[in-house]
Formats: sequence, structure tokens, C-alpha cells
Amino acid sequence: MILEFKNIDTHYGDLHVLKQVNYTIGDGEIVSLLGGNASGKSTTMKTIMGVVRPTRGSVVYQGQAIERMPTAERVRRGIAPVLEARRLFPRMTVFENLEMGAYLRKRGPEFDQDLERVYALFPRVKERRNQIAGTLSGGEQQMVAMGRALMARPKLLCMDEPSMGLSPIYVEQVFDIIQEINKQGTTIFMVEQNANMALSIAHRAYVLQTGQVVLSGTATELRQNPLIREAYLGEMQVAV
Amino acid sequence: MTTFDLLLQQTINGLSLGAMYALLALGFTLVYGILELINFSHFNVFMVGSFVALFVLQAFGLSGQEVILTGLPLFGVLLVAFIGTMLFSGALGLAIERLCLRPLRNVKGPAAMITTIGVSYILFNVILLTIGADSKNFPNPLPVIRWKLAGATLDFRVVLIWAIALLLMAALYIFVQRSRIGKAMRATAQDAEAARMMGVEVDKVIVMAFFLGSALAGAGGLIFGLYYNFTSFIIGFTAGLRAFTAAVLGGIGNVPGAMVGGVLIGLIEAMGGQFIATAWTDVIIFSILVLVLVFKPAGLFGRIAPSKS
Ligand SMILES: Nc1ncnc2c1ncn2[C@@H]1O[C@H](COP(=O)(O)OP(=O)(O)OP(=O)(O)O)[C@@H](O)[C@H]1O
Ligand SMILES: [Mg+2]
Repeated sequence: MILEFKNIDTHYGDLHVLKQVNYTIGDGEIVSLLGGNASGKSTTMKTIMGVVRPTRGSVVYQGQAIERMPTAERVRRGIAPVLEARRLFPRMTVFENLEMGAYLRKRGPEFDQDLERVYALFPRVKERRNQIAGTLSGGEQQMVAMGRALMARPKLLCMDEPSMGLSPIYVEQVFDIIQEINKQGTTIFMVEQNANMALSIAHRAYVLQTGQVVLSGTATELRQNPLIREAYLGEMQVAV
Repeated sequence: MTTFDLLLQQTINGLSLGAMYALLALGFTLVYGILELINFSHFNVFMVGSFVALFVLQAFGLSGQEVILTGLPLFGVLLVAFIGTMLFSGALGLAIERLCLRPLRNVKGPAAMITTIGVSYILFNVILLTIGADSKNFPNPLPVIRWKLAGATLDFRVVLIWAIALLLMAALYIFVQRSRIGKAMRATAQDAEAARMMGVEVDKVIVMAFFLGSALAGAGGLIFGLYYNFTSFIIGFTAGLRAFTAAVLGGIGNVPGAMVGGVLIGLIEAMGGQFIATAWTDVIIFSILVLVLVFKPAGLFGRIAPSKS
């Protein structure tokens, strides 16, 4: 087990967003978090990263409670984010964005290795390394956002809607690469609205509804679940 | 003097003023870029800096205008004066951040900005009450060397001011572009939450912005003294407001913008004083500011923040 949420409550002021939420994420898994708009998916990610503090409950990472740990320390211990809507540093170059991903690490052979790995996964990123990040296309920016996270050499990669706003070709490419990253040994916790794609690569998934986990199970189980088929896989054309 | 000579002379003067405003504008822009805070205490960090510079020079036995230094002694005295002044001003900026602003970090609304105005007035009055209301002669150990440039005069002092300002600005620019913490400063200015999630400790970045900005303000204070041969407790407000205008003109938060804005304000001040009337300087400067902002709300080189989707 690499990460565990134990009865987590998160508030923004009076707004109660996460309600008694429990997740467990095993070493080496791809776990997907599904749910409609405003259900608390991004808040989950921010709670893991520590930019939002839970009001109750415990976040356990590698056997240690981290809910009071500063964000930088979590990053140092191997948690890295791919943020919703990419959130690159728009006026820095692609290479500088990658460097920021490795902010807490020393420059040296390991950095160079990771850079080569990122360039190998995303040849397009290598081509564009001197371009200002804000001028890249959405798909290219997503590649950089993933590359930036990999530069932290993470044990746990937290991805918030990596397919958002991408054309179908890019979506497939992104999911292929996520699987590849996972095979190379990184655990992945991934928020997705694209349930179809998410369930096709995830081992397990949770479904969040207005801050509560209403369903969880293996990807195969969830794909068979009538509620999921209806609400998230679009079989009955019901809007989420 | 012909009109051309006057233009040339005022360009020389304007560039000297501009160098000083640019150094001062950088402090506003560095802090604003990261905290979106207009730091009015910066005005009087500059003023205090000019007094610190005065004391350092006095400590070298320089008080009136009579001692002229050249060569290595001049270089040594200036080096110590600049480093001493910048370290002291930098430390003052750090103290202001730590004691007065950090406790308000998560308070919404104008509390932090009002605090900077309060700190500004405290510095102003402390200098007034301890040093007095008279302006103080600023030692000028520089040799008098003048070059003729067409019909205009170029002073050694002016060239020295340009050289020092350029050196400091180049150093700052390289620091912000190339150093690890400089990159963290830029990243934080562009997206503070994302920078945090890369492992940037935002407090350290803020401390660095205050230190660098305040140190440059100290250098500006020393340059003010060398240029005008006096200093006084009131110099912070006029120069500070013009430098702040320079930062807004260049696009607040934008480092090269602050440098260009500073030079522009210096030139406008010099030309306006020559060709219109000195008394109208502020009217001209602020009219140009209003005009620029009406047509380019983010300043000449500013960017409207990109939306996050
Ligand atoms: N910083 C904040 N301050 C106040 N409320 C917030 C903040 N961030 C999010 N919220 C609110 O918390 C709720 C959950 O937001 P969250 O971003 O976690 O949703 P989400 O599941 O990621 O939605 P989406 O699919 O639209 O990205 C929403 O109602 C949102 O308005
Ligand atoms: Mg979200």
C-alpha cells in the first residue's frame, strides 16, 4: 500500500467538500477516480499534495501520516502531480518547466537520465524544449505536464484529468503513455471524466459523488455496473 | 545651446534619473509579481538606504565635497558603500516582511497593503525625528571629469551611475533567469500553487524577492546621493511614487518592463523639465501613465494573466 485516505473530511470555509472519504492505493497500481463536476476530485488531489489540508482524518503515505507535512516534503518523498488543465508555467520554456519538476533534486547524472527518459516518452517535448510553454498546443502542453511530473522521479503520480480538452488521437496517446509509465514502476492515481478510457487502463476505480465515495471496485466490475454504464459510459445517453 | 544639444543633454540627465528609478521600480515589481502586493514601504527603504550610504561614506572620513578619490581608493570606497548599503537595506526589507507582512499572509483584503503604508510612515518619521528635517550634504568623492558631447556635457559621475545601475540590473536579470531560486521566483509569479506542488517553498521565494528589491532600493538611495549631493527624509515619496509609476508603466510584475519603465520616466522627467516646466513634471508623468493604462491596461510590456482553462 502506498497511499491511504482514512475518513478524510475537507472543507473550504463552510463548504464541506470531501465527506468521510476512504481510498487505498496499492504499490504499482493504476487507480482511477471518477465523478461528475464539483464532486471533489481535484480537492482529493490537492489534499494529497497538501495545498489543501483535511479538517479530519488521516492521509497515510508509505505507512506514515502526512496530512500535516508541508507540500515540499511530500514532493521530496516521491509524490508528484499532473495538474488539472496542465498548469504549466506559461512564460517559461519547456525545458525550464521540466527543470521545475525536478526542483528538489540535484542536477547530475540522475537528472540527465530522467530527462532522456522524458524525451524518449515524448519526442515532441524534446523538439519543443526551447519553446515558451504557453505557446504550445493543448496536447503538447499535456505532454510537458506529464514530463514535468516525471522529472520528480515520483513513486506516486497524481494526475488530474490528463485527457481534458484533447482530441481523440492525443487521448489515446496519453493513455498509452500512462500505462507505459506505470509499467516502468510508478503508481498512478488518476482523476478522469473519460470513464471509458480510464476504466480501460485502470486496475481499480472509485466513484465520487458530491464528496462521497458511492462505488468502488476493480475496473472490470465497474464496467459491468449498470449505474456506471448509465452515468459515465454514456450507454443510455444520460448526461452526468 | 541648440535644441539638439538640449535634447542630448536632457537625454543624458534623463538616463541617470531613469537608472535610479529603474533600480527602485524593480523592488515593486519583484514583490508584486509574487504577492500581488503593492509594497509602499519600499519608498522609504530607499530613503533609509540613502542615509545608510551617507553614514558609510562618513565612516570613511568623507563628509563635505572636498575629498576627491581616484583609482583604487575610490573603487574600494564605492564597493564597500554599495555592498554595505545594499546589505542593510536588504535586511530592512527582510525585517519588514518577517515582522509586518508574513503574519498577514493569509488575510484577504487590503490589510497587507495598508500595513506597508504604515511601515513607510514609521520609517519616514523615525528618520525625521532622529536625524532631523534639514537635508544633509552628501559627500561626493568622485573626481570631476567632463567630456564634451556635441554641445552637451557628459560627467564622469553620470557614466559611473550608468555603469553601476547596468551592472546591478544585469546581475539581477541573470539571477532571475538562471539561478535555481530565480527560476522558482518566476514560476511562483506565474502560478504560485503549481510552483508549490513542484516543491517550491513559497516563503523562501518571498524572502528573496524582498531582499533583492530592498537591496536594489538601497543602491538607488546611494545613487540618489551621488547624483544630487544631498539626502533628506522626504526623498522617498517623490522618487518612490515615480518609480512605482515606472513599474506600472512597464507592466507591474515584469522585470525588464520595470527597467524600461524606469528609464522612460527618467527621460520624461528630464525632457518635461527642459521643454515644458519642472513644476509640471508630475502632471506630465502621470498623464502619460493614465494614457498608457487606458490603451494598455497591463502596461507597455505587461501581460494580462492567462485564464486557467
Ligand atoms: N479554493 C476553493 N475555495 C472554495 N471552494 C472551492 C475551492 N476549490 C474548489 N471549491 C469547491 O469545491 C467543490 C469541489 O471542487 P473540485 O475542484 O474538487 O471538483 P472536481 O470534482 O474536481 O470538479 P471538476 O470535474 O469540475 O474538475 C466545488 O463545489 C468547488 O466550487
Ligand atoms: Mg477538477
